[in-house]
Amino acid sequence: MLSRVANSIYWMSRYMERAENVARFIEVNLHLMLDMHTDEGQWEALVSTTGDLEIFRERCGEEATRETVLDFLTFDRENPNSILSTLTMVRENARSIREIISSEMWEQINKFYYFVRDSALSGVAAETPQDFYQRVKTESHLYAGIADSTMNRGEDWHFARMGRLIERADKTSRLIDVKYFILLPKPEDVGTPIDNIQWAALLKSASALDMYRRKYEQITPESVVQFLLLDRHFPRAILYCVLMAEVSLHSITGTPAGMFRNEAERRMGRLHAELTYARIDDIIKRGLHEYLDNFQGELNGVGDSIKDTFFALSSASPNTPGGMEE
Amino acid sequence: MYYKDYDTEGFFDEYFHADGSPREGASILLKRLEQLPGGELLRRQKATEARLFQMGVTFTVYGEEEGTERIFPFDIIPRVIEAREWEALERGLKQRIYALNLFIDDIYNDKKILKDRVFPEELLKTSKCYRPQCEGFRPPRGIWCHISGTDLVRGGDGVYYVLEDNLRCPSGVSYVLENREVLKRTFPKIFEDSKIRPVDDYPYRLREMLQYMAPDGAHSPTVVLLTPGIYNSAYFEHSYLAQQMGIELVEGGDLAVTDGYVYMKTTKGLQKVDVIYRRIDDDFIDPLAFREDSLLGVPGIMDVYKSGHVALVNAIGTGIADDKIIYAYVPEIIKYYTGEEPILPNVPTYVCWEELDRKYVLENLESLVVKPANESGGYGIMIGPKASARVREEFRGKILEDPRNYIAQPTVSLSRVPILVGERFEGRHVDFRPYTLYGEDIYVMPGGLTRVALKKGSLVVNSSQGGGSKDTWVLRDLS
Repeated sequence: MLSRVANSIYWMSRYMERAENVARFIEVNLHLMLDMHTDEGQWEALVSTTGDLEIFRERCGEEATRETVLDFLTFDRENPNSILSTLTMVRENARSIREIISSEMWEQINKFYYFVRDSALSGVAAETPQDFYQRVKTESHLYAGIADSTMNRGEDWHFARMGRLIERADKTSRLIDVKYFILLPKPEDVGTPIDNIQWAALLKSASALDMYRRKYEQITPESVVQFLLLDRHFPRAILYCVLMAEVSLHSITGTPAGMFRNEAERRMGRLHAELTYARIDDIIKRGLHEYLDNFQGELNGVGDSIKDTFFALSSASPNTPGGMEE
Repeated sequence: MYYKDYDTEGFFDEYFHADGSPREGASILLKRLEQLPGGELLRRQKATEARLFQMGVTFTVYGEEEGTERIFPFDIIPRVIEAREWEALERGLKQRIYALNLFIDDIYNDKKILKDRVFPEELLKTSKCYRPQCEGFRPPRGIWCHISGTDLVRGGDGVYYVLEDNLRCPSGVSYVLENREVLKRTFPKIFEDSKIRPVDDYPYRLREMLQYMAPDGAHSPTVVLLTPGIYNSAYFEHSYLAQQMGIELVEGGDLAVTDGYVYMKTTKGLQKVDVIYRRIDDDFIDPLAFREDSLLGVPGIMDVYKSGHVALVNAIGTGIADDKIIYAYVPEIIKYYTGEEPILPNVPTYVCWEELDRKYVLENLESLVVKPANESGGYGIMIGPKASARVREEFRGKILEDPRNYIAQPTVSLSRVPILVGERFEGRHVDFRPYTLYGEDIYVMPGGLTRVALKKGSLVVNSSQGGGSKDTWVLRDLS
């Protein structure tokens, strides 16, 4: 398939996953707020986890409030990672590959985009944020379901899945970090009901609470991290994402599993091995935040080599109409 | 009743005779529409619009910020063309494209028509669309204009006149196909009863024609559609046609010239391309041969084309016959190459380059439509009866300064078709663009794009200026 098209599918899929995960970040924060008595520093911490604190300060000044942060992360078009901005990118990418994706996918993308755009004007998100962010997640799930049930399992589908899973792995790692940033656990809180509620909120935001309960009896920080980071079967767990992204990568190239023929396969394989043989108590001993930070760096490396391996032949579209049609 | 007080206001109406009685072709449809419960038509109109928006059948308006897409307004009352009317139209269109193709081939090669002084050489040399790069070149199978979308208007006398030939990148066929799709859902019962000729196989025939153009020796040729990209106003159509034909939609950056062939850049390396349906103007297609500043084209593609290693559809250089001055000579061109009388007449045209014509035009500016020779989309036109004295003076100056670049035509009182306004019919002016494919044989799709000026009294049907569209039903011959 065309390199440009592969690039667009991959990014369309990544941006869609990104939009959903911003909603998840906000949701976990809203949950945590309900059980806390102060929101000091918490909204700023949320912006930190998304990595966009600098742009935020430029746009909204030093003080981070609920209103400014929600607006910045959800509707601000100047923030390239706001939900509205990422959905705009989803739609722009989809528009350039309309003939590749199914019309059902295109319609869902349109519907989703218009829903968020119109919500920006109506103020409904600020009034009932839980409902709004829930709906964002649902629309994204609907898109994923439509894509899964209407696309051929060919190269294009594998590029889409690989993009989605790489983005998800990155965002799940940041979601775990939300808890780290916001609630550097105070020794006296560990194991208390408050702490448990907070870990449960984290699981909930990853749509992981139900599946977690089927596997573990109690909510402990170790097993929550174990589940979100190293589970091989839960679809938002980081290891699962890496495993399946690797399957797609190998389906695209035809390289047998366990071998590599390009840099993307080598780095993805190494990440796979690292996570497979990691132990949760080592990770916590070394420092969870540092581990996640390092993981995000490695994952970016995988993304870069995917670009070099598959998309480097393509060039961006020039932004001109190209003469009149008759 | 939808048309109880319907007034044709002295115009030729496609649905009703001057006395208000329905024409034969419209009568079945009108009877069915009357059987619908009150308010039902309006409800279906709204549902259809919502459906088009959902499908993303939109076009881009130039010069506006984000949110520049709009749906192409659509009116659910179709235009109806009776079988015998269509039969004459079809013959006329085939004759015209056949002759135009011989003309283009002649002027770039033997130049017989110039030597015989049927057509003035000076006009050719001064045309912006003449491509000296094509001299001595003959495209595969000798065909230059593979796809044309002829603009026709019907005057007060009920006669169809050719207004423009559109031999470069005629757009709009995707709307014809989508309009039909949508209207079938709007009026499923009526479709069953009416004998309407299908348009759905257009993409299939288009692909067949494109494959027929492949350079000799290309087995199972690779065909692609080349688009300027998502910022082009017709991007929707490019993408739609590529999808319907099952071919790759490529941008200039996706193609590269290596070792005398054109390749596309894929995730598995370079793949050779044999036929390109290009929706990019000549000017932009190769920065080495034409506009150097073009970022949209493919450097070096012109050399590959001339060596016969890739086919371009339509051929480079066909725009010459879109020059409105050359249009004025088409009746002569048809007689010269076919020995026949033209079946479809031109709208009478005054060529300002000719002294007598120019004199007449300057004396009658208030009753004429003045057009520049090389614009499309309704830009740069003066409609005499509606223009202010200041604008008329401005055009007088333009004509005197550059007579070669202007033609003038009498205003044609375009025929009308009813549209739905609330619960009633009202007449609106329409034009018509059927599409012709020239491959192994010449095929005219039985249907076309009916554009309608939705504003009451308006004669401007362009989508950029308040126009909409209608489905067009060509009826089967029942005899």
